[in-house]
Order: sequence, then structure tokens, then C-alpha cells
Amino acid sequence: MNPLLMYKDADFDPAFSPSVHQQELMADLALDTLFQAMADDDSYCHAVVQKAVLSGAPDVETVIYRQDIVKDCLMNAQVVRDMYQVTLDCIEKKRERRLSFFSRYPSAVLSNAIDLLRLFLGQLRIIRRMADELSSRFQSEGFTAFFSMLRRELDDDYFRTVEKHLDTLKFPHGVLIGAALGKGNEGTGYMLCTPDEKEPTWLQRLFNQREKEFTFHIHPRDVSGAQALSELKSRGINEVANALAQAADHVDHFFSVLRAELAFYLGCVRLYEKMAHLGLHYAFPVPAPASGRAHAFDDLFDISLALTMQRPVVANSMNADGKDLVMITGANQGGKSTFLRSIGIAQMMMQCGMFVPARSFRSSFSAGLYTHYRRREDDTMTSGKLDEELSRMSRLADLVRPGDVILFNESFAATNEREGAEIARQIVRALIEKRVRVVYVTHNYELAHGFHDKHTGRALFLRAERDSTGGRPFKIVEGEPLSTSFGQDLYRTIFDDVTPADTTGSS
Amino acid sequence: MAFFSILFPDRRTELQEPVQEPDFFPDLFLDQIVEAVTASRKEHRLAPFFYKPLQDIDSVRYRQEVFRDLGEAGLCANMKFFAENMAALRRYRAYIEQLHSVHHKQGWFLESAIHYCDFVQRLLTDLTAADLSSRGLSAFRTYVAEYVHSVHFSELLSDAVKAKTDLRAIRYCILMKGSSVTVRPYESEPDYTPVVQNVFARFRQSLVKDYRVQFPSRSGMNHVEANILELVARRNPECFAFLEHFCEKHRDFLDDTIRRFDREIQFYLSYLDHIARIKSSGLMFCLPRMSRESKSIDVLDAFDLALAHKCVSENRAVVCNDFCLQGSERIVVVSGPNQGGKTTFARMFGQLHYLASLGCPVPARDAQLFFCDRIFAHFENQEDVTTLRGKLQDDLVRIFSILQQASSESIIILNEIFTSTAIKDAVFLSEQILRRIDALDALCVCVTFIDELAYLSDRTVSMVGGIDPADPSVRTYKILRRPPDGRAHAASIAEKYRLTYERLMERIPS
Repeated sequence: MNPLLMYKDADFDPAFSPSVHQQELMADLALDTLFQAMADDDSYCHAVVQKAVLSGAPDVETVIYRQDIVKDCLMNAQVVRDMYQVTLDCIEKKRERRLSFFSRYPSAVLSNAIDLLRLFLGQLRIIRRMADELSSRFQSEGFTAFFSMLRRELDDDYFRTVEKHLDTLKFPHGVLIGAALGKGNEGTGYMLCTPDEKEPTWLQRLFNQREKEFTFHIHPRDVSGAQALSELKSRGINEVANALAQAADHVDHFFSVLRAELAFYLGCVRLYEKMAHLGLHYAFPVPAPASGRAHAFDDLFDISLALTMQRPVVANSMNADGKDLVMITGANQGGKSTFLRSIGIAQMMMQCGMFVPARSFRSSFSAGLYTHYRRREDDTMTSGKLDEELSRMSRLADLVRPGDVILFNESFAATNEREGAEIARQIVRALIEKRVRVVYVTHNYELAHGFHDKHTGRALFLRAERDSTGGRPFKIVEGEPLSTSFGQDLYRTIFDDVTPADTTGSS
Repeated sequence: MAFFSILFPDRRTELQEPVQEPDFFPDLFLDQIVEAVTASRKEHRLAPFFYKPLQDIDSVRYRQEVFRDLGEAGLCANMKFFAENMAALRRYRAYIEQLHSVHHKQGWFLESAIHYCDFVQRLLTDLTAADLSSRGLSAFRTYVAEYVHSVHFSELLSDAVKAKTDLRAIRYCILMKGSSVTVRPYESEPDYTPVVQNVFARFRQSLVKDYRVQFPSRSGMNHVEANILELVARRNPECFAFLEHFCEKHRDFLDDTIRRFDREIQFYLSYLDHIARIKSSGLMFCLPRMSRESKSIDVLDAFDLALAHKCVSENRAVVCNDFCLQGSERIVVVSGPNQGGKTTFARMFGQLHYLASLGCPVPARDAQLFFCDRIFAHFENQEDVTTLRGKLQDDLVRIFSILQQASSESIIILNEIFTSTAIKDAVFLSEQILRRIDALDALCVCVTFIDELAYLSDRTVSMVGGIDPADPSVRTYKILRRPPDGRAHAASIAEKYRLTYERLMERIPS
């Protein structure tokens, strides 16, 4: 029994410790804002969505599989919440009773397992009832299979059979164990015999005189005798105790997997509700085959920024289909970083099966998404900075594979322009020849211009747009690199002190 | 030929086992060797076997033949297997002693008898399959064949099989309810465990944690199990009556000769085990050719077994040496730099002859040795230098005693004698002693710093500890037959420190 709501053929395991590059992704793309919006103070849900988003789905098929389930969930938000609650109750009840199987005594293992299974059976009945009543409202392959699995595996007969065995395993008429004589006449081959259902036969036996001759009693004060008897019993019931404890474990596991998988979808529901409340648009993205170079969207915006600002923010469109390299240049504070972030977040949301903050979004599926951002924290240690960037790049080079995406944000700017350009040029050239998709935000005119002259066909050049008055609408449009950045504008805006000398300013 | 002992060809040669090791054991490191050889087989008290050299060459050959047969890996493994089984049998017996319940004791006695029958038959099979050339093992094979086909053994076997078959067929049920325990015959009640497993299989996942409690796989019984066994016995009186009869009838089933063989074969197995470790590092052993008549000795690639044991465990290389005495040569005078392997050479010479007199393979690639009547060793006692005069006196007393006891067929090993004596005394005393040995016509190895001793007579041979010509501070540990060259050595050391005449002439400005 597996819920199979995240993968068609495997469980979702919420255990996760983000790797170094995943931590960088979270920081660079401000993903935590997204996770918080999805989790709503539910720390468990937070952990699940973090893993789900950062790990992504393994392939396009799984993305579509999840998208369909998400669609179902958006239509049936309350059902998802209720089901999630059943799994929470299950854990809560288990915790209340402090049930655990860890014991040196199979009898304790067995009785705990029986209690736990009774508890789980109650919760399974609730889920089964939901399946009976609500399955018609769900269309997705995942939910359809889930509900029919519940109805198939947990039919009423089965519930009755299980209950019967749970009663029998209390051994109200004693434990009957078969044995043979092994080495040195020591008992061996202990086998738990099916307990006799008909009590009278047993009573007959017990009151049979001959039976009495072959019976002895452990004296109440014979502690070691009682212990020996319990060990003998233990040997007999060891296997069934194990079977039941494992069964309880498995049901427990079923609920915990269900909880994890529903947590992800509940996160999607919550995000959807928040976006709707803020008037933000969304779309289900189209994942293109991993081998291709699809990358096009309309009105994509930075969801983290919108959630932080609690209002709609500037949206951008792009068509980089067939391009290996997208290079973005332009004004400081011109929205380049926000744009880069929106591309990254949308790719991640798409890849885990979510909707994206755009009117349309289509991109090739990629196994890995990496970020390489200039770290601004330690500006004082200029000399060590390039080293640090290069060592990070070297680590990425170990990880990156054809088809992956790397987002560079002002990388290799910790040295002079020419040197930085040369370093970056060699790296980028290698990457794109290895079929890695590169999106690069840079101030480095030399770098951008170099690629513009040589790779026009395979590269897309974008510019942070400014209107003639110097005001900034934060729009990114297609355009070749300009040799000046807009630092002087910024200077002017901040200092509001225009003098002719300033117009010659630096780049 | 009736079989008596795997160590001695006939009853007469078996003498009382000595309890004390010979005097020269510590000097020749033979104490370390015997300790290492016998360490893992303490229960057999093997050391006395190593304290008694054989008195005639035929006895040596008797053992050498056995060693040669055991050189075949398969047979050696079979003998070890037999020995392990004997050890197991002893454990059975010790265990039975500790038990209380009669049926339990009898049960284990039966197991021990079955085990015994099993491995004795296996022993016969193994010996029959083996290609034996030794008198000892061939005679033992004949003995075992007769024993296995004896009425005594056949009855033991058939009775044991019957008793075990009956007991194994017994099936019973234990009903435990509250504090009562009832033993019933088994009436084909089905196994409940697979039923339960099947019902709950539906929840099965790939991950499986094992909740089975691990019961210690002890043998033994508590009183509850003993009570149950008592009731099982009462339910099956015939089986248990036969078991009792079996135990009575076969109370002393272990054959004395087999018991004795088990201990004696350990002499061979322990030695072979020990040298196998050393052989694995590439060193070679051989069964020496022995002569009582000729004092010609010819040995190739010999080494100190005690040192080799240490070196192999520390992964260090062992240096081998050749030596020979031809015609009238009797005395080897070993000189050369300190720490050059001289003492090791002397020790090795003694070890080879002693081990050969036990009938054992010796640490050399090839060896022609003299079958001596006794070995004497005098190694200078380094410890007490407090009373030099007392020490010298003590040394002389000991050497005198050796010369009193030694015969023309003895081997005398003198190591660094008189080193703490005035050189004039040392030369004089050493010469006197060597002359006496020379007159005695005994074989001798004399390690000394006195070069003159090498020229004592035409019956002395000079051997010198080698050094690396390229770097005189490096010892080769090769002991070569050549004239003493203490001065050449001094020159090379000087060269290394650029203190030769020529060097000093160059270094010191005019």
C-alpha cells in the first residue's frame, strides 16, 4: 500500500539535508519566501516543500503527473486539508499512547503492535470512507489510482479478518507451541500452532486426568521459572510479533508518506490561495523535452518579490527558444537580478510539478539548476574573493551535466574587467559547448560584447530597459549590450545633484 | 606392524618425557621457538616433545617421513580437521560434566558419540585416500581400519544412529497458559505464523525493520525446559530407555590409541603451522640429510628461525646464509663488525642441528648436517659486569664443564667469550679453549673479535660478517667465508667520514 501521489511508482521521502549548491539556490533565489507562503507556519510542510521544490521531479512525465494532481487539489482544497488532518491525528494519537516496539520481549512487541494496529485501522477506515464518498470529484491519474487502491486493499472483509486475528493474537486460551528434540535433547524448531477456536475441547483436555499428569505449574515465587516460561513463549510468538510490528510499521509508514505527499499539495493550495488574494496570475507550465532548448514565457514575475511586497510586481516576457546563452546587461537597479531570480524560481516550480507565476511558461526540462552569484558580503577581502568564486565554480563544474541550467549573477567581477571577461568567456564557452544552458547577468561589457559579436545565433541578449527620462519601469527587453552601465543615473537619483562633470562618469 | 606411536618407531624409544628444557635453549632462542610453535595448542602439553632430541637416525627418519607425508596439503588439512574434532569431543565431555538433568546429559553424550563415530570414519576415509609413504602414518591407517571394523565400533555406531533417529522423530506441543505448562503430543496443528504474515502482507513495504528478538544461541536448559523434557520423556518411554541403555553400554567409547595419536600428531601440526607463516614470506625449509659418520656440513640459505618469526610478523626481510665444513674442517671462527649478524649465525648453526635431531624440517633451503650426540652453548652473560673477576671465573667454570661433557660427536657454540676481559687474557684463553676443542675433534662455532683465532689450525674456517661496500654503515648480515678483514672495514668507515689519509690531505690546507 503506497499513496503514490508524488511518483507513479515510489514513495516521497521527506528526509532531506540540502547540499551546498541547494543552499546557495535557496539564498540566491530567495526561495524561503516561497516556502513560507506554502507552509503557513506548518514546519513539517515547510520541510516537505523545501525538499520537493529543491529536488524536483525526475522527468517530464512525473511533472505532468503532479500537475494533474495539483489541479485536482485546487478544485478540492477542503478534501486535501481533511485528509492531511487524518494523517496528523494518526501521529498525534500514536504519540499520546507512547507506543513503541523497542523491547526485549516479543510479548511486549506483540501487544504494542496490536494496539497500534487497532488505532491505525480506525484511521484507515476514515480514509477509506473518504475514498468511497469523494473519488468522483477527482480526475487526476494519481488520485484516481490512490482512491481505487484504498477501496481495493481495504475492503470490509479485510477489516473483519484483521480484527479477528488481532483478537486471536491475544491468546485468550494460552499459547500452543510445537517443538521437537534437537541436539542434546534440547527443544528446537519451536512453532506457534494455530490456536484452537473451540474452547470446550480444550477444557475437556485440561480436565482430562491424563492431561494433568503431563502438566506442571510454575510456583508464584519462582521468578527464574516465570522468566524461563516467558522466554519459551517468546520463542513461539517471536515471528508473529515481528510480522505485526512490521505491519504496524508499514501502516505507520503509509500514513507518514501520505502526510508528506499531501503536505506538498497542501502547500500548492495555500500558495494558490495567497496569489489569488493578491491578484497574481498563474499558469501551468509546459515542460519541454530535456534534450531541447525551449525557454519562452509571457509575463513572468518574481513570486518571492510579490509575496514580500504583497502586491503585483513587474512581469517580463522572453523568447529564448533554441538559444544556449541568455545574457542580460543594463542599468543597476534595472531589475536584472529580479528577472534572473524569476527565471530560476519558475524553472524550479515547473520541475517539481507546480504552477508558475506567469501567463505562460515553456522550458526544457533540466536535471540540474545551479546558481553562481557574486557574493557581496565580504567586500573587504577583495583578493580572496576571486579565489572564492573560482572555487565555487570548480565545485559546480564537478556537478554540472549537459542539459543543466546555470544562472550567473555578476560572477567573476572581483577582478578587472578584462581578466574577469577572459575567465568568464572560457567558462561560458565550455559550458555551452557542453550543452549547458547559461543565463548570465553581467555588467562586464567586454564579456557581453565578445559573445554578442561571435554567438549571435545561439545567444539572446537582453537589456534592463530605461526610458528616456531615466525613470525605470524594471522591464527587460531584447537589446545588445551597451558599453555604459547606469551607475551615473543611480548616482544622480540618490544624490539628486546634477552637474555637467558627472555625465562623463564611470562605467 | 602394530601401531604404537606416531612420534617413535617402537615402544623402547619412548622414554619418560622431560619436563625441563635443555640449558642452551635460551641462548639459541629455542625457548622462543618452542613457545611460538606450541602457543596455540597449550592443552596438549607439547613442549616436552621438543625437549628431547632423538637418539638414533632411524627415529629421525621415522619423523621425517611423517613430515614428508604431511607436506601434502590435503593430508595435513585432514589431520587438522581430525584434531579439531577431537578438541570438540573434549568440549562435549567438559560440557556434559556441567549438566544436571539426566535426559539432557544423556542427550549430549549421544551427540558426542555420534560426533566421534563421524569423524573417526572420516579419518579412515582420508587416510585411505592419502598416498602415504611414512611408516608411522601407514601403520596408523592400518590401525584405524581395524578399529572402525571392530565389533566395538560398529555397535557404537549402530546404537547411536538408532537412539538419535528415535529421538528425532518425537514431536510434541507445549501449552502455556498462565503459570501452567502442559506437554501434549503434536496433532498436526497448523503453523500460525505464515497465516498471520499473510494477513498483514498487504501493508508490506520495501523497507523492513526486524523486530525479532534475538535469543542467544546458547545450549543448555533451565529448570522449566528440564521439566518439559522430563514430561516428553515420560510421553516417550521407549526412546528414552534405549538412550539410557546406550549411555551405559558405551560409557568409555574413546579409543586410547586414537586419543594418544591426537596428542602426538600435534607435534607435527604445530611445527608445520609455525613454519607455514614463515614460508609464506618466501623463506625455505628442508628435511636435512643426516650423518653420524661424516662431519661434513653443507647448508644453503639458512636463517635464524626465532628471528625470522619476528621479522615476518614485522614485515622485515630476513637474510639467509650458506655455510659448509669439508674434510677435516671442524671449527668456524666468525668475526666482523658488531651488529653484523655474527651471533645470529651462531644461534642458527645450533638451531639447525637441534631441530634436525628432533626430526623436524630445518630453516634452510638445503642441508647436510651432522647427527651430533649433544649440543653445548656458551653465550656470555651480559648482565652482571659488577664483579669482573667473579664473572671470568664463572665463565671458565662453565666452559670447563662443557669440555668435560663434550665428546668428538658434540657441537659446541661459543659466542663472544671473554669480551670484557683484558685483550691479552682473552687471546690466550680463547686460544687455549679452541685448541682443546680442536683436540677433541668436536664441531664448533666460535664468535669472536679476535682475528688470530681464525689461523689457529687448518681445521679452522674463517667467516666474516659482511658490510655493504658502497655504504660501510649498512650491514648486509651476510656471513661469508673469507679471511678476517677488520682493517678493511676500518678503512671504509674512515672513507665515509672523509678521514682517510688522502681525504685528510685534501681537506687540510697546505
